[in-house]
Formats: sequence, C-alpha cells, structure tokens
Amino acid sequence: MTPTTPTATADKTAPGPVPGLLKLPAHIARWATLAGATGVLLSTFLAWTWTAAFPGNLTVDLYPGGLQVLALTGALLTLLFALSAQGVRGLGWLTPGGKHSPVLLLALGTAATTLYSVAAIAQKLGGLVNLEPGGWIAGIASVVLLVGALGLPADTPGDAVRPPTSPHQRLLHSFKAPTPERGPVLPSWAEILIIAAVVGAGLEVFAYGISTPYGELFIGYLLTTGFALAAITRSGLNRRLSAVTARHRNVTVAAAFIAAFIFPLTQTSEAYATLGAYILIFATVALGLNVVVGLAGLLDLGYVAFLGVGAYAAALVSGSPYSTLDVQFPFWAAVLTGIGASLVFGVVIGAPTLRLRGDYLAIVTLGFGEIFRIAMQNMDGTSGPNVTNGPNGIPNIPDLEILGFNLGEEHTILGFELGRFSNYYLLMLIFTGIVVLVFRRSDQSRIGRAWVAIREDETAARAMGINAFRLKLMAFALGATLAGMAGTVQAHVTFTVTPTQYKFVEVVPPNSAFLLAAVILGGMGTVSGPLIGAALLYLIPEKLEFMAEYQLLLFGIALVLLMRFRPEGLVADRRKQLEFHDTGQLDVPKAGLTKAGV
Amino acid sequence: MNHMTTTSTTPATPGPAAGPGGTVLEATGVTMRFGGLTAVRGVDLTVDSGEIVGLIGPNGAGKTTFFNCLTGLYVPTEGTVKYRGTVLPHRSHLVTKAGVARTFQNIRLFANMTVLENVLVGRHTRTKEGLWSALLRGPGFRKAERESEERAMELLEFTGLDTKRDHLARNLAYGEQRKLEIARALASEPGLLLLDEPTAGMNPQETMATQELVRAIRRQGTAVLVIEHDMRFIFNMCDRVAVLVQGEKLVEGSPQVVQSDERVVAAYLGTPFEGEPGESEAAEVRAAEAREAGGTSSSGSGEGKKEGEGK
Ligand SMILES: Nc1ncnc2c1ncn2[C@@H]1O[C@H](COP(=O)(O)OP(=O)(O)O)[C@@H](O)[C@H]1O
Ligand SMILES: [Mg+2]
Repeated sequence: MTPTTPTATADKTAPGPVPGLLKLPAHIARWATLAGATGVLLSTFLAWTWTAAFPGNLTVDLYPGGLQVLALTGALLTLLFALSAQGVRGLGWLTPGGKHSPVLLLALGTAATTLYSVAAIAQKLGGLVNLEPGGWIAGIASVVLLVGALGLPADTPGDAVRPPTSPHQRLLHSFKAPTPERGPVLPSWAEILIIAAVVGAGLEVFAYGISTPYGELFIGYLLTTGFALAAITRSGLNRRLSAVTARHRNVTVAAAFIAAFIFPLTQTSEAYATLGAYILIFATVALGLNVVVGLAGLLDLGYVAFLGVGAYAAALVSGSPYSTLDVQFPFWAAVLTGIGASLVFGVVIGAPTLRLRGDYLAIVTLGFGEIFRIAMQNMDGTSGPNVTNGPNGIPNIPDLEILGFNLGEEHTILGFELGRFSNYYLLMLIFTGIVVLVFRRSDQSRIGRAWVAIREDETAARAMGINAFRLKLMAFALGATLAGMAGTVQAHVTFTVTPTQYKFVEVVPPNSAFLLAAVILGGMGTVSGPLIGAALLYLIPEKLEFMAEYQLLLFGIALVLLMRFRPEGLVADRRKQLEFHDTGQLDVPKAGLTKAGV
Repeated sequence: MNHMTTTSTTPATPGPAAGPGGTVLEATGVTMRFGGLTAVRGVDLTVDSGEIVGLIGPNGAGKTTFFNCLTGLYVPTEGTVKYRGTVLPHRSHLVTKAGVARTFQNIRLFANMTVLENVLVGRHTRTKEGLWSALLRGPGFRKAERESEERAMELLEFTGLDTKRDHLARNLAYGEQRKLEIARALASEPGLLLLDEPTAGMNPQETMATQELVRAIRRQGTAVLVIEHDMRFIFNMCDRVAVLVQGEKLVEGSPQVVQSDERVVAAYLGTPFEGEPGESEAAEVRAAEAREAGGTSSSGSGEGKKEGEGK
C-alpha cells in the first residue's frame, strides 16, 4: 500500500519521505543545490558591475566586496551544510538535527541576498545592462540553488493520516526538522573554547551589522543572518550549543560581557560607537521593562517616563548652567538621586494603579507617562514653577568625571583610542550588566516565581498566599528604578534632556511603544530577547533611512507578521516555547523544551 | 525552615490549639448575597482536627461560593469564619498564610510554569526570602531554595508526580493536573485543606488513587473539607457530611444518617414543588449527571471568571 492511496488512514507503516515544494528526484535536487551554491561562491570572485557608482565596489575580479562578501558567506555555509547533509566525513557535526531544512533556509538566504544585490544594482544604475558577466552568473546560480533546495525531500516523515500534499503544505513541511539526540559531553576546556568561539563570532556578526555603511548592505546583512540563524536552529546546532552553555553558565555570561567590552575597541569610527551607546541605553531600559511586562505580566505603556525621571534628576544635579539647582553631585550620588526619584515616582504611580487589572492598568500607565512629559513641559516658570525649563529642557550637561577619568575626552588605552561615545558605551555596559544580573536573579527566586504566578492566574496566586498587590508594586518599582538608573547615564550621553525625548511613540527609540515592542519582538521573560529586539529596532531605522517615511507603517506590519508566525518573539522563553507551539506531545523532558516546527 | 509560622501550621507538628478533637474551622452564619440572589444562607459548619468532612448538594447549591467565603475570595455578606479560634481576614493570601489551603473546581494551575515551580509557588507563605535576598544570593537564600525544592519534591513524590517535575503544568493529563493542584495546596503546609470536587472528570482508578491520597493527607494531620459529587467517595471517606441545598444547610451528620435522610433523597432527586412532573424529571437528570460526570458542568464555569472581583 502506498501512502497516497485514499485508504492511507489504515496504513500503519511509516510513509515515505515527503517531497519538497518542487517534486524533483532527490539526487538531482542535491546536485542542483551543490552546483548552485558553488556557482554563487565562484561568482563573488568576479566583478558584478562595471562602475563603482554602486556602493561597496563590486567591480574588481578576485576581490569580493560589500554585498559579495555576504553572498560568499551564505554560499559557503550552504555548501558546508549541504555536504554535511550528504554525509561527507568530518562535517556530520554541523547537522545533528535537520539535514535538508537548514540547507533550504541557507539557500533561501543566499539566493535572496544575491538576487536582491543584482536587483539593487539594476535598479540603482538603471537596468540589467549594468551587470557584468559575474552578476549574471550570480543571478543564474542562485536560481539553480533555489530550485535545487526547494526540491530537497523533507527531513521529517509526514503525518501518516493526512500527509502534506498541496504545494503550500509541502513547503511548510520542508521547514520542519527533527530534534537532535543529546550531544556528547566534551572536556571542559573544549566546551569553553567552543563558547569563546561562538561569542567571538557573535561579536563579529553584531559589529559587522552595526558598521554597515549603506542601506543595501544592511538589507543583505539582515537577509543573510536572519536565514542563517533559522538554519542553525533547524540543524540542531543551537540545541547542542545551549546544552554546552547551560553547563558553563557563568563562563558564557562572562564571555558575552567581555565581547561587549571589546566591541568599542573593534570600531574604527566613533559614529558606530555612538550607535552602540544608544543601543545599549535602549536595550537596558527594555530589559528593565521586561521585569514588569515579561515576568509580572503588567502592561506598562508609560515606562519611558521612568527613564525621564532618572535623566531629569541626573540633569538637575549635574551642574549644568541651565539646571535650576545649583549643585554638582559626583556621579555615584547622581545615580542614587536618579534611582531614588524614579523609585518614588514608581511607587506613587503604582500604588493606586496596581489595584486595577489588565487593560485598566495599561490605560492608566499610558496616561501617567504623558502626564510626566507634559508636566516637564509646563514647569517652565510661566505655566508652573521653573524647574525644568519647559520645552527647552536642560542643555549643556557636563561630561562625567569618574575617578579623574573624564568621559568626554579621548583616551588611549592599550593602544586603542576610545572616544567620548566609547567611554559612555563602556560605562553603560556596567549598568546593563547590573540590570541583567537583577533580572536573572529575581526571576529565579521566590519573588520571580510569585510574579510569574500572578501573570498566569492572579486569583490562584492569591489563593496560594501571594500578596498580589505587594508583589506587583515591587515589580513596578524595581522596573522604575532600573529605568531611572539608565536615565542618569542617558542624560550625560545626550548632553540635553527635553520632554520630547520621553513620548509614548516617536520615530526614534527609546519611547514607551518601542520599548514594549523590543520586549515583545525579542521575547518576553528572556534576557537576550529584549537586548536583540532593541538592537534590531534601533538599527533598522538608523540604517534604512530611505524608508523613514513609512517606518511606523512597516514597523506595524512587521509586528503583526511576527505575532502571527512567532508569537513568543525571536528568543523563546523556556516556558513560552510550549505555550504557543503545542506539539500535542505530553511527555516533553527538560532537554526537550525547544522550538517545535515552523 | 524553623519560622514561627511554620511550626504553628505544619501538619506534622500541630500547634497547641489543635489538640486531638480541637476545632480547626468554625463557620457561623455565613451568608453570601449577589444582588437579589442569596447563594449561601446562614450556614454553620465546623471541622475538627483530623476529620474529613464532606459537603454535598446539587449543582448551584452554593458549595463553591461557600468555599470562596471561607478562603477570602468573597467577603461574606454576613457571618464569621474562624480558624483555630481566630477570625480569618477576607484576604485570600492571609487565609492561606493562616493555614487554610484550597483547590479549585475548574483547575487553576499556573499553566506555563513547570510542575515543580507550581509547587514552589505553593510554598510562598512558608518561605521568607525577599527581593534583596534574591539579588544578593547569600548562603541563607541558597539554603532556603534548596529546602523548598526538597520539600516540593517530597510532595511530588507523595502525589506521584515526581517524574513530571520539569513538565509544564498545562501539558499534564487531567487527573495529574488535579493531583498537582492538591500538591500545590499542600505545599503551604495547611492545617485545613479545602478540596472542590477533586475527582471530577476522573476515571474510577484515578478516583481510587485520589481517595488514597486524601486518606494519606489526613494521616499527616491535615483536616479536609471536600465538595464531591461521587457518593461512593463521600461515604467511604467522610467522618461527617453536610448537605447544602439552595444555599442552606439541610442536614449534617454521619454518612449513614445523611444517606437515609428523606429530605436529602428528596433534594437530590428533586421533589415536585407545585406538583410539576416535568421539573422533577429535569432535576433528577441533573443530579444523575452531576453524580457521574462531576464538576465540569456549566454551573462551575461561571464561577471561575468572577472569583477575582470578589474581593
Ligand atoms: N460571583 C457571583 N456572582 C453572581 N452569582 C454567583 C457568583 N458566584 C456564584 N454565583 C451563583 O451562586 C449560586 C451558587 O453557585 P456555586 O457556589 O458555584 O454552586 P455549586 O458549587 O454548589 O455548584 C449559583 O446560582 C451561581 O450562579
Ligand atoms: Mg461548585
């Protein structure tokens, strides 16, 4: 009996492999994939266009530049994974889980990057005539690659009762990958080396993204890395890696921080260090919001106000000639002032509002956020007492001086030149570290469990002896102090604090809406999620200036799509992974909590 | 942990107030009105230490409402509830802290937390570690966490869920979810456990296992007040049974007394009030359904959502 007979319901034998979107014979699909990937690879060593008018200089033979480097990377990865999937010796470790699904994803990424490059050249220079033969080869090879990869049979057998038959079902099915078996435990030094290598690669990828000089390259970067990360997840490498990092938690965290400290040293241009510093502020505040939203489940739509409280407090005691207070606190005292002010503000707002549930809380916090901004605007001496200079804000905030080290000046340390923004980046990183520590430690404790319990079912949580109001207030106040702390650094980085920096929604992050989006997009209740979400939300508008007009529209569309296809966010919380993609499987052991299917 | 609260409520070492035969729970004249509807009317009930007391009655009789009044989810319109001689406050977390724990008719687990975490949340009132302790992670914190986890694992073994410790609560089978609710309630080391239809939706084997569990709970020194529709369960287990009909306590006594009471038979099977045969038949069907299928009936589903606002 074949699985395709109508009586397949009775067929208990395992059905044959499910074909991909294109029903090619498997060996032809494999060869087409290999040939396509090789073609793209080789083409990157040829000139794609004749003029350097297209950025990145794609005119030189034997020297890949700009987008060609991305295509080269993608093609190389595709080739390696395709060979691993075919069982080539020494490469098997690349694909402990899915075999063809990572190849398909990498092929999609490589083809998308290459075809996008070709299209961008044609569009920018006015027609396909501007392509050199290398460009043609790249385009044709990526089509071959695409056809081959779409013809690869799926990794998992189809459902015996209702096998995927329609093209749409077959395509979705070909992205599914089996979960890998548990990997071997290597000696500690080897595992630590692996962690170091992966963190180093992560830093490299991040630094590359931040320093892409033109929009086309950034789009190519997003395409290549996005598909590659999805492919690595499908291949099971991700799972193996998390097992390794789980065994060396502290080493991993330390490595990540060392990498983050190294970042400004790798930057030749101060402009990118500036981006780094701003991203770090945004990401830190987003992580603080994650305590409130992700753990305790309190929808706070006015969170940016706490950043503002911290920033205004620090600005007032900074010794700025425009501050209405004629004092200059040392930095540690300014930080404590900012923390204290935001804590008081958090409790004052939280105490009456946290007795409300759900939607009411969101509306009230939204209102309070706006009240803060308008109050800052009106305390200008005419509408109210002169505290904040109104819409002009407090400018000329002097640079910080910590232990005789002026953060506004350029310093040379170990032969690396650190400019003003690099200094602030490094200072901010310490605060990010504090927030990460606070988040992790409070999450994994009696208090964190009580927060999650309240998020899950407040009535049941109360019946378990949890004083819900107290704990919610604690989460709210903790979130407020974390944001206020970040605000004290932000005031110095930006020189000026004005009310308009703290709107509910604005084109420039951080603002309450973008903070919330960073948390939801990145992954609620996780540490890395908001950091990644904030980095993406900051970089995309920064790099793609041409879409500035449509930015909020595109942002909205992206958010809707994400919520449809990956509601748990980019980085899934251990708990959320099963919440949204229920496998219908009841026995999921601890190591089995991972992404299920597409 | 050797906190004062622990020693006074740990079932293994009951405080001086709860010597053998001491009264654990004393509800007097509990009345609950929702607008014009009186769901519970002047109910008196006592539970003595070491007792298992059953609470039965047709659907909509006000049993769950009575539980909510006992546990502080609702503020009763009239009446007082005393636990070991002190009046219970109308705040559910304080009631749990005092030593009364409960389960819910419509299971209310923390669905996206693991089995172990659910039980650890149940230990909230018996541990003290605050935010500072969590952030600083001193040796006291680690010790408390370790002990909480050990205690939680004991409870999971006790309820037979130890192999499922890292599963999400939502992925458990129905019977296991009910057991986990009991384990979570026991984690607060209660002197009195309120079970709202613990065997509803269970098959006969699971019901038997639950009976064993309830017996074991009693052996540990925790008194139990149980709402149940399964009459075999009630008559096997209970020292005393109270019957609630239309919010009022009709009879109270030993299972034998209650079983043979004509008013109970009439109430359960339905007496034709104005001589309407149709209504009695309907009531009979309802009662029969309730006995067999148990609590997932419609009367239970309305209760869940509203409970929260009862404060
Ligand atoms: N929060 C509430 N608001 C209004 N009526 C309620 C509320 N809770 C329960 N009731 C009503 O009280 C009565 C008793 O319900 P309940 O205690 O759930 O019965 P039982 O548990 O005995 O089946 C029902 O008529 C129910 O509709
Ligand atoms: Mg009920």
